[in-house]
Amino acid sequence: MENGKYIWPYENETGQEETIESDVLVLGGGLSGCFAAIAAARKGLSVTLVEKGAAERSGSAGTGFDHWESACTNPCSGVTPEEIAEAYVNEQDWYSNGIAHYIECREGYDRLLDLESFGGKIRDTEDEFAGAEFRDDKTKLMFAYDYKNKFTIRVWGSTFKPALVKELKRLGVRIMDRTEATALLVERTANEKSEVARGIGAMGMNVRTGKFYIFRARATVLAMSRPARVWLFNADTPGLCEFRPFQSIGSGHAMGWRAGVEFTMMEKSVRAEFSAAGRSFPPYGAGNNHNTWYAATMVDARGVEIPYVNRDGVELETVSERYYPAPGQKFFLKGGVIDNPKYEYRGPETLEFEELIKRGYQLPFYADLSRMPDAERRVIWGMMVGEEAKTKIPIYQNYTQRGFDPEKHMLQSYGTGWQSANFLEQERQFFGAPGGIMHDWDLKTNIDGIYAAGDQLYASDCAGFACATGYYAGRKASDYAVTVTPGEVSREDVEAEQKRLYAPLYAEKEEGIGWKELNMAISKAMQNYCGGVRCEALLKEGLDLLESFERDIVPRLTASNPHELMRIHEVLDILTVAQLVLHASLARKSSSAPLCFCRSDYPEMDPERDRKHIVIRQENGRVLTRDVPLDFFGELRSEYEKRNQDYIKERAGGTASLQEIAKGGKGA
Amino acid sequence: MKKVGFSVEQVSCSTSPLKYDASLCIGCNRCADVCQCDILLPSPEKGKHPIVMYPGECYYCGACVMVCPKPGAVVLNHPLMNRAKFVPVKEAASVKESAPEKAVL
Repeated sequence: MENGKYIWPYENETGQEETIESDVLVLGGGLSGCFAAIAAARKGLSVTLVEKGAAERSGSAGTGFDHWESACTNPCSGVTPEEIAEAYVNEQDWYSNGIAHYIECREGYDRLLDLESFGGKIRDTEDEFAGAEFRDDKTKLMFAYDYKNKFTIRVWGSTFKPALVKELKRLGVRIMDRTEATALLVERTANEKSEVARGIGAMGMNVRTGKFYIFRARATVLAMSRPARVWLFNADTPGLCEFRPFQSIGSGHAMGWRAGVEFTMMEKSVRAEFSAAGRSFPPYGAGNNHNTWYAATMVDARGVEIPYVNRDGVELETVSERYYPAPGQKFFLKGGVIDNPKYEYRGPETLEFEELIKRGYQLPFYADLSRMPDAERRVIWGMMVGEEAKTKIPIYQNYTQRGFDPEKHMLQSYGTGWQSANFLEQERQFFGAPGGIMHDWDLKTNIDGIYAAGDQLYASDCAGFACATGYYAGRKASDYAVTVTPGEVSREDVEAEQKRLYAPLYAEKEEGIGWKELNMAISKAMQNYCGGVRCEALLKEGLDLLESFERDIVPRLTASNPHELMRIHEVLDILTVAQLVLHASLARKSSSAPLCFCRSDYPEMDPERDRKHIVIRQENGRVLTRDVPLDFFGELRSEYEKRNQDYIKERAGGTASLQEIAKGGKGA
Repeated sequence: MKKVGFSVEQVSCSTSPLKYDASLCIGCNRCADVCQCDILLPSPEKGKHPIVMYPGECYYCGACVMVCPKPGAVVLNHPLMNRAKFVPVKEAASVKESAPEKAVL
């Protein structure tokens, strides 16, 4: 080492090329990707899984997750898959993924049992919480939110990723860690009428050695993240600027867009809720009473308890009442994408801030677990905070070492709401069921051979959603894969991608620009041209600026090693996604409350003519749109059952039948 | 294609997310293997702890600490601005004004 300079510790394989053949290719090794690979491998197909990080801890749930939503078929559940999937669709004003939610509600619990069979922990096997109100002492399953209907399960998610990787290895899945997928391979054949496209694999590179890969496959599953770092960036601590993992930035969206994949709802974004480089704290690390922390007791600066009320405004007397529906209500919704639900689905909640201020409550507020029953306190602090992503070490261990004791201390809340944050209108984020890939009942994109799962689907939410849709997409991709022959990879495509990928290694260093400068410029541009309020001229100016970045700045980007090269290609993907968002925003010529979308030139809110998906794709640089009705997925149960008799029969013959018996034959 | 040599330089950052204790670390590099952001580079000296090459890219997930076979060999710390404040609990339903409590950093 000399003046902070080191020798690159890995081999230099720039320009080396290897072709890897498989039946099914999975891009992204998070929960959905792992389950897609497992589904395909169980069908006896050869599978390659490409992961930019290390599959052992990669993805949004890499270091854990604490609750599994919509487990409607668990033996204690008081709700049906139809009830909850339809509730989500209604709650989100039909800008919801009915297909994926139904798959989650219907098959999610099967995936949880899979995880248990791989070695993940889903039950209180050590009887730590024996006798607790949220625990079913017979199955040892533990529930969150609605204790009456028991369809959200508290889980020990930190055990899941290592267990999944062990299973992938056991099944012979080829795991390509430290490999960034960069482009889809699409074969285009022209018949008399039109051009037919088919996905035949992907390309990518090793982010330590620079080696180039061609992944040839009969079917491909896109299982990467939703986009990020589009509006939020911080050059000093870029790792902290978003909620989801730093390296999860939506490359799957970018390569999909470049290949001609269709998207919907990309005009949707919300005022940011999490950015620990900016206006919030480490996730789950500040006082609040939502999600992982539901239903923590909150107090104000004087130590006066903040009342919880039910949907009718009736103040609740006990902690226990916070976990039950209101009189006359069958169930309530809480969790990842549920912010401020409709009356029908609204659960217990602390009084609104404005009302609290009127009544003399004073900031700051705190979460005070010392006032809760012992089991409720221990399950929030120690189990949920501990098993939720990024909490075991950064929150539970770190705060404990700092001296935090939930029996003796209360944790401060910041700002005025449950997010414990204060963002500006133009600081936006893909949150609360954002846009993504449009798909059919097979989770297939508009291109044959290309499927999508998890966070790449439009209106995605949580871990159960990711696992269930991953497995389903893997199944459907496998069924397709056995019907086709591998495609022919075009040498021209390969050479063009190699040139694009490696260019920053050869760019002139003196005149060079680094990835952070471009990311910073994109996020500032998006705040300026695609913020809280949008209009035609503003959006077009934004597109013009981003095109100038592409033309003038991209050729000057420079990297000294494959790590920096990876970061550059992430930012180029962010640049592509930013353009996709601008195009999607131009295409919707009205404003919309459920899409959190405001056009100053079209202020009319949700006119009937625009209550639809505006599906968007790119072809040879031209942007094409088509309209799809919001109810395109049809009647959920019958459409599902029409297409999944094989799965239904397989489950009925296996462990599923025992579960069905245990819950009295419901849903069979 | 002409091959270009790689070089790497430690990138400065206003905070230090990870600290190694050289007396505990055995240099097994499991933390570098599992780091999702690939911010850790194995030390050029065998048996020594990795170098935090890109500290600003840390996303504070704690996977490195979780995988470490020697507790305390690597420790995660939040940037000062992100150390949320906690204070001793107050008497239930107390309405008296009280002085702000001392923060623990």
